Amino acid sequence: MRHLLSAGDLSAAEAIEVLDVAAQMAATSGRQINKLPALRGRTVVNLFYEDSTRTRLSFEAAAKRLSADVITFSAKGSSVSKGESLKDTALTLAAIGADAVVVRHPASGAAHRLATAGWIDAAVLNAGDGTHEHPTQALLDAFTLRRALAGGTGDLAGVRVVIVGDVLHSRVARSNVLLLHTLGAHVTLVAPPTLLPVGVGSWPCEVSTDLDEALTRGPVDAVMVLRVQLERMQASFFPSAREYTRRYGVDATRLQGLPEHAVLLHPGPMNRGLEISADAADGPRSRIVEQVANGVSTRMAVLYLMLAGSETP
Amino acid sequence: MTALVIHDVAPLGGERVDLVVIDAVIDALLPAHGADAAVLEGLRRNHGEVARVDGAGLIALPGLVDLHTHLREPGREDAETVLTGSRAAARGGFTAVHAMANTAPVADTAGVVEQVWRLGREAGWTEVRPVGAVTLGLEGKQLAELGAMADSAAGVRVFSDDGHCVDDALVMRRALEYVRAFDGVIAQHAQEPRLTDGAQMHEGTVSSVLGLRGWPAVAEEAIIARDMLLADHVGSRLHVCHVSTAGSVELIRWGRSRGVAVTAEVTPHHLVLDHERARGYDPLFKVNPPLRTADDVAALRAGVADGTIDIVATDHAPHPPEAKEGEWAGAAMGMTGLETALSVAIHALVEPGHLDWAGLARVMSTAPAAIGRVAGQGEPLAAGSTANLVLLDPAARAVVDPAQHASRGRNTPFAGMELPGAVVATVLRGHPVVLGGRLATPRPAGPEQGSGSGSAPGASAR
Repeated sequence: MRHLLSAGDLSAAEAIEVLDVAAQMAATSGRQINKLPALRGRTVVNLFYEDSTRTRLSFEAAAKRLSADVITFSAKGSSVSKGESLKDTALTLAAIGADAVVVRHPASGAAHRLATAGWIDAAVLNAGDGTHEHPTQALLDAFTLRRALAGGTGDLAGVRVVIVGDVLHSRVARSNVLLLHTLGAHVTLVAPPTLLPVGVGSWPCEVSTDLDEALTRGPVDAVMVLRVQLERMQASFFPSAREYTRRYGVDATRLQGLPEHAVLLHPGPMNRGLEISADAADGPRSRIVEQVANGVSTRMAVLYLMLAGSETP
Repeated sequence: MTALVIHDVAPLGGERVDLVVIDAVIDALLPAHGADAAVLEGLRRNHGEVARVDGAGLIALPGLVDLHTHLREPGREDAETVLTGSRAAARGGFTAVHAMANTAPVADTAGVVEQVWRLGREAGWTEVRPVGAVTLGLEGKQLAELGAMADSAAGVRVFSDDGHCVDDALVMRRALEYVRAFDGVIAQHAQEPRLTDGAQMHEGTVSSVLGLRGWPAVAEEAIIARDMLLADHVGSRLHVCHVSTAGSVELIRWGRSRGVAVTAEVTPHHLVLDHERARGYDPLFKVNPPLRTADDVAALRAGVADGTIDIVATDHAPHPPEAKEGEWAGAAMGMTGLETALSVAIHALVEPGHLDWAGLARVMSTAPAAIGRVAGQGEPLAAGSTANLVLLDPAARAVVDPAQHASRGRNTPFAGMELPGAVVATVLRGHPVVLGGRLATPRPAGPEQGSGSGSAPGASAR
């Protein structure tokens, strides 16, 4: 794995390898001394053009547990808002000697540019680019689902996942659809028609605009709730928060009819009372806190596979 | 008095002739090898030195006329100047270009259009025809002094807020009506602004995967439909810039059948490239209107072939490197086109059999000259016509190398592509500005150039 830019870049075998290594990483985190020497002497730069405390902390923890040197670079404002250009930042990081760059950026494709424009040789890990993708989120979600539903091994063949929320603006949805499809799961996206992208029909999943219908049509093994930003109301994507919650909000009542083993995921941060109710978020099906812990293990696995295989300069 | 003889050249790819030019006018078309020693001696006696060009294997077309060029001066001389853009035009075979109004300051006064016109005249590489803004500051609110620009030395006949749509229906109606007084035309950049707020690329399967905000086809088509109905209602002519969708072609075909005085252009890039190019997020492929689908590309070619689309216009949009190398959303829209247009048009229209050489001359010279009411351009290759010519080698094939371009802009999406046809010579009013595929000398600005009258005799554009 040279870079990780899109969840679609991973073959089923590669994805399973990441999940398997993540399981090993998770096993170490229970130890008294949970630091591994794998990336000693390697430099990982966290390049964050967007505020995201939880993702940044997760990557920092992952890199540090692998003994890498971690530099966090919070570039306030991108060239979109007249800051330093992506190119100049990349050249700076190249001069510093970064081995891997973990990049979070508000513009779709920023990680692609960083990896392919020829400015820097480092491995590039997409930690969320605009409304495009967030591949490590999909990997940690798959890891969580595999533990909950598939005994923690192999793929997710036949697992049925409903993803509900603002698909149009969600990088989590895009990465999850691609990765879950690769791993053999069946995905149904649910959203109001205004929050589904034109062209979603070409994605490897089913699409519905009726949450209750999607939850009752057949057995559902997992429900993944996407964050909905309240600003979307101003742009006429939906009329009001109340109406959104009534039609697309996930609560305990809606989860009642699901099979016993079915689980609930949310990438965070949650808007309790909007896309997810407290009784659902805190209920027995919820794996939301576990997702956060799994995020560190999964990111350790990705960094390890990207860097430990290559030569140390 | 100067004389120029082009030996053994094929006008419009037809029978070969020797073409004799005296001063700025085609004097005679002699049978091939007809300009023999005796004829040359006669010319020498009357006109002194005789310049000679070997046209063997070459095709002569009337000099190309671009109805849609961004020369960036005044204001963005880092991207292009009238001089560098004029040199690029000459290299591309263009003997006239229409300089768009979205400069800084905006070309919305007689002063700015005259300045651009004068810079073009001083440069001497091509005829620069300024386009006037429709509204003050391109803001779409208040009409600019269209009459003053029309009456200025620049003789403006084409008005456009290009880059912005004249989206207010009432302002558009008034503009269409007003320019009738001086036989002007409104060239509309058809883009419904609310439907395209923050739009990054064609809205469809690729935008959905890339997570880039979509620019839906309907945002173009809705404005074209409205404008054709408006033009019909007030009896004015309308020109549609850079048509990019199959639906637009269908609408314009419908407008024509109703007798609406609408003309339309397509860019070379929309005839070849589609939205799949965006997959690598390389901003070289970011353009407005965006690259559409392969079906749209096919419909645009068919539209040119059946005459629904009147002309090919470059929308040459040079940018400095930093505007095109960051992340997609932050990058500028636009592509250069002057030095690749002819080759791309041959590739997209002539080679597949949509147009013959006469058809190519129509869509890249005669028709744009007629729409822009440009006197002395796009005339038939016949005795008495103004000697604006391009000689091209149809057998040549070359890989596009932006470093070799005369334009200051390096942002061509065709870099690395092998394309057919090469401009060997460009003759601007009898003066060879390009020879052997290289820039020669500019045409000295004489008092006779650029009358500014703006009225083409027998202009027959719809």
